[in-house]
Amino acid sequence: MKDGLGSVQSALVLGGGSDIGLATARTLVAERARTIVLAARKPDALVNEAEDLRRRGAREVDLVEFDADALETHAAFVEDVFERHGDIDLVLVAFGVLGDQAVAERDPHAALRVLHTNLLGAVSAIIPVVERLRAQGHGDLVVLSSVAGERGRRSNFVYGSSKAGLDVFCQGLGDSLAGSGVHVTIVRPGFVHTKMTRPIAPPPLATTPQAVARAIVEGVRSGADIVWVPAPMRFVMSGLRHLPRAIFRKLEI
Amino acid sequence: MSQTAVGTERLLTGWGRTAPTRAEVLPATGVADVEAALASAGPRGVLARGLGRSYGDVAQNAGGRVLDLTPMDGVRAFDAGRGLLIAGAGATLDRLLPGLLAAGWFPPVTPGTRFVTLGGVLANDVHGKNHHADGSIADHVVSFELLSPAEGSRTIAPASDAETFWATAGGLGLTGVMTEVTLKLLRVETSRVVVDTERAGDIDDLMARMEDGDHRYRYSVAWIDCLASGGSLGRSVLTRADHAALEILPQKDRDRPLDYHLRSLPEVPAAVPRLVGRATARAFNELWFRKAPREERGRIMPLAPFFYPLDAPGGWNRLYGRRGFVQHQLVLPFGEETVLRRALELLSGSGSASFLAVVKRFGPGHGFLSFPMPGWTLALDLPTGGRGLGRLLDTLDHMVAGAGGRVYLAKDSRLSPDLLGAMYPELDRWREVRERLDPDHVLRSDLDRRLGLTDSKRKAVVA
Repeated sequence: MKDGLGSVQSALVLGGGSDIGLATARTLVAERARTIVLAARKPDALVNEAEDLRRRGAREVDLVEFDADALETHAAFVEDVFERHGDIDLVLVAFGVLGDQAVAERDPHAALRVLHTNLLGAVSAIIPVVERLRAQGHGDLVVLSSVAGERGRRSNFVYGSSKAGLDVFCQGLGDSLAGSGVHVTIVRPGFVHTKMTRPIAPPPLATTPQAVARAIVEGVRSGADIVWVPAPMRFVMSGLRHLPRAIFRKLEI
Repeated sequence: MSQTAVGTERLLTGWGRTAPTRAEVLPATGVADVEAALASAGPRGVLARGLGRSYGDVAQNAGGRVLDLTPMDGVRAFDAGRGLLIAGAGATLDRLLPGLLAAGWFPPVTPGTRFVTLGGVLANDVHGKNHHADGSIADHVVSFELLSPAEGSRTIAPASDAETFWATAGGLGLTGVMTEVTLKLLRVETSRVVVDTERAGDIDDLMARMEDGDHRYRYSVAWIDCLASGGSLGRSVLTRADHAALEILPQKDRDRPLDYHLRSLPEVPAAVPRLVGRATARAFNELWFRKAPREERGRIMPLAPFFYPLDAPGGWNRLYGRRGFVQHQLVLPFGEETVLRRALELLSGSGSASFLAVVKRFGPGHGFLSFPMPGWTLALDLPTGGRGLGRLLDTLDHMVAGAGGRVYLAKDSRLSPDLLGAMYPELDRWREVRERLDPDHVLRSDLDRRLGLTDSKRKAVVA
């Protein structure tokens, strides 16, 4: 159960091998979380990370196999995790792929792979998760969106469109869950230094997985609906969103 | 209500308004309703709830059913000669008080609010300002009707079934649903108290005054300024009182000595900004200390403002804003005064503003999960959201557990499960009774899940 100060006791991280997923798990454990379930495509590769979480105070770290693209496995996967661990206080959807924008613009298969993982995979996992959270009468669902979903930009609109779809899905989902005891927090980071973004030159306001993790934990604590990381990103994106198209098109972003 | 009864889905919190969870709330109008609810409980179980004045999550049951016991508030018998009251577990002190007082009786123990049910006060084994003299509410309960999943409805008295009685008194609603309570009342001659007030310059001065003089009074409590530090660490206003005898009332009041009036202030609106912060707390504490007389003897005042100062404005908990507050109450055994002093130093140095911090001395407690033990208790209101508050309270918890003390589960919303066993050494004894009365764990609460009150055995098997 979440406690009176907003700390959770148990968390499931989908995309448990991702930099943001792991950073969040570490932050949660520092804030007294006892059970961490890391769901990843290759759980065996996370043995050291699991040991690290135990050293930091986690009582139970469970590594489970989860393939975001294997949509047909998601319902059974969610069922299994909740059956074995009981109540899960927080579910973080942290998986995603960036794709190669230049390739994806010309190769429909490449574009669809990005949409499949980031949008279909996420929606497919979120729906059974939410069913379980509803049934237990409490819980936080935290979904990693992106500032890239705020306005289509030529440099990343394939990735951006997948996050835009996910973001809108979760906005409506959050409203539909009012009164259910389940709360949805959408996290919109700017550029984050991670394995996924290593090939790209960092723009201004680039942030770190640790900063995103801290923002997630604080957002859950305060019951935020949308969390921008870093916080000023909110105003930057608000400005960009309202720029006239003719000007926006000329920006090198 | 039949087995297909459908309740209302509601988000519930404790009085501290933190950590809301959803439950299906069903009104219980009689024993049959409770029986039906226990028999038809789903996987998330059932829990009885009264007026929801517990601060934390003890009266919540996420995803399950919550039985609203407040309709079961009837008085079945009141023996005005002997001071015996038999009433439904949903009966509230607020509704009972006028009738009891008119007949010259008063609840033997009352918490700081009269908006509590008999079932609620017994399930949390509440104490009042007279714990050092009179013990907690369970010490005045003759018997109660307990409806448990395994044993049905039974009358439980301390002499006939001590295990069940002391597992249920303070048992947080997890051994069964109490449906009726028989209470031995306290005889009073008037509806007034006679109060002595004095200031104590620091914590040592306060403890000395209380050790020296508490036994001369039925009621004793000290408000303590948790923001004061250094030489005035623990400066306090000590208030001690007794029920006023008829002959000390002014002549004009003597022909109607049991009059009982309530002065009410307007309700705090549903949406107010947080008005409680460090600056306001400091100003409030300063004012409270200054306005108290250095020493005043024999002041006669009505019962309500003495016992229930916070009940005058309805919904005072909203002053803490949307994120609510936590109430923290600890007790340290006598002999651990240095730990109490250390706790006050930590609090005053932390910047976590506490508006109303209260110190009093406890006598012995008896329930397996009852909070009171002989020692010093300190109660704090703390707004959530303060930086480092969680760590501060964790530190306090470890100090308290290490010194053989405990925190009050009726108010808790954040204790670590690791410390539960150290704080409540009779936990296993309580679990045995619970397993007997509710082997399938039909009775569940959020606090139960959070602290693993009943889960540990099952988890141990899995691991």
